[in-house]
Amino acid sequence: MAVIAEPVAKPVSRFHFIFDRRGVFEAVLVAPAILYVLLLVGLPLLLAIYYSLSAYTIYNPTWKFVGLANFEQILQDPTFFDTLRNTFVFTFGSQLLGLVLGKFGAFLLLRPFRGRKIVRALIILPFAVPVALATIAWQWMFDSLYSVINWTLIASGILTREQAPNWLGNPHLAMLCIVIINAWRFFPFAIVIFLAGITAVPQDVIDAATVDGAGFWRRNYQIILPMILPIMAIGLIFGIVFTFTDLSIVFLLTMGGPGGATSVLGFAGFQTGIVSGDVAHGAAISLFMLPVLLVVVVFMLRFIRRREI
Amino acid sequence: MSRFVARSARETGFFLGIAFFVILAAFPFYWMVITAFKQNSDLYNIANTPFWFNEPPTLDHIKYLFSQTLFTRWLLNSLIIGLCVTAITLLTAVPAGYSLARMTSRRGEALGIFIFLTYLVPPTLLFLPLSRIIAELGLQNSMWSLVLVYPTFTIPFCSWLLMGFFKALPVEIEEAAIVDGCSLFGAFIKMAVPLSVPAILTVVIFTFTLTLQEFVYALTFVSSSDQKPITLGVSTDLIRGDVFFWGEIMAGALIAAIPVAIAYNLFLDRFIAGITGGAVK
Repeated sequence: MAVIAEPVAKPVSRFHFIFDRRGVFEAVLVAPAILYVLLLVGLPLLLAIYYSLSAYTIYNPTWKFVGLANFEQILQDPTFFDTLRNTFVFTFGSQLLGLVLGKFGAFLLLRPFRGRKIVRALIILPFAVPVALATIAWQWMFDSLYSVINWTLIASGILTREQAPNWLGNPHLAMLCIVIINAWRFFPFAIVIFLAGITAVPQDVIDAATVDGAGFWRRNYQIILPMILPIMAIGLIFGIVFTFTDLSIVFLLTMGGPGGATSVLGFAGFQTGIVSGDVAHGAAISLFMLPVLLVVVVFMLRFIRRREI
Repeated sequence: MSRFVARSARETGFFLGIAFFVILAAFPFYWMVITAFKQNSDLYNIANTPFWFNEPPTLDHIKYLFSQTLFTRWLLNSLIIGLCVTAITLLTAVPAGYSLARMTSRRGEALGIFIFLTYLVPPTLLFLPLSRIIAELGLQNSMWSLVLVYPTFTIPFCSWLLMGFFKALPVEIEEAAIVDGCSLFGAFIKMAVPLSVPAILTVVIFTFTLTLQEFVYALTFVSSSDQKPITLGVSTDLIRGDVFFWGEIMAGALIAAIPVAIAYNLFLDRFIAGITGGAVK
């Protein structure tokens, strides 16, 4: 037991003192994460910008600089504007629908009732399950012949078999389908965000408002809504970023069709850059996402700063 | 009496609303289950009521999935990818989250926000340059490319999540350890890490589910069937020519989706706390 009493004799490395300085220590710990992100997010981002200004294809990997020629060619292509419009319709249509559904869902789930936990678990499913797998389930539900939706419409006498829509074959319906699927995927997220926000509003604030004579609507829209606005904003930012840049729903469900009616930026970038191998034009198409992302980021930074004051 | 009527009308409305949401959310999954266990002759007969079994349920689709397709291989691939990405994420994000939480300067906060913002850089912006980088590294068409790339979104997310957790951990515990002769690194390993096991567990679950949910990078980098992760394999490889084998596809989707759905439900609140990052005080 004498060992315990002996003075500390562990070998102290020469770098011990450097490593024990707080600033150095913190930098060493954070460095691997920062390096990883810089090498595999920062560097590719710069590379994407360079590709878009070059004539790079996988058949002719040249670094030749062509300036804004790729962008000019893309902007002369009328189908590109369709793609751009589709992307906005897809993003804002599905986010709006998801938000409305989320608000109502949260309103219902706020009240305690028997089986609320199970109901919540079931409602979360669309957001939890990999989007690719959910999309193929929807594809089966929108099938041209065996669609369960059409079957129900026909069986309930709303439509005849001849009138039954070909969901993915009609340009407008196909767009509606991808909007519905994406709204379906995000509304549980919106519900959870709303709930997290509302339950964080202190009860005494609501009580005080009630005592002061605020009714149901006033409490909802003048007390609770402004207080949950920050958390809603963050949820919406996520929804917009992940929808605006998505390609999986379109890729699996419609392949951009029929006739380019559901082609979105991410999908067009994939088709041009990966499938056709025209890396330069693909990168240029993808970069059209950047302005929207930058707006979102600036908004978010301002928001974070305001929160701290 | 009229009060009773109004009350029951309100109750009925409430539960109709709940029923609407449950059906909306869960019907596609119910549909997966029904399709996965239906016989083909039942499935492809439009005269039948589709909502229930008109002929006895069958396990044929699941048997076929496991014996005639690469399904088990995809499951294994996803497991390997998940484990490797989790290891990389823990090794980088735990120290990073701790360091970001303990930095007192403005710079630390800026770094934290920077890391988090990289989570918002979308795969569809990065997949072209990354596919060239992967080709240079000789990883094209291999699942190891996904092991390399997936940490680009798991590290930012998990660092942010852990930063929040470590901030809530009283710094006095570590200070006491340092006073007692612990080095800074010792205080981190021996004090902070053991206390953060619940947060680390959350990170493990999320890294796993995020890798299972990912689709874009897998689609871009991997085209050989035997290298695909489960999500990509089920959604793109069970279609032969133009023929969809709906029974098998739905069975595969179901098996892949169940673990993710359960894990998500258990850890949902932490996930929300992670992305909102203390927007609620």
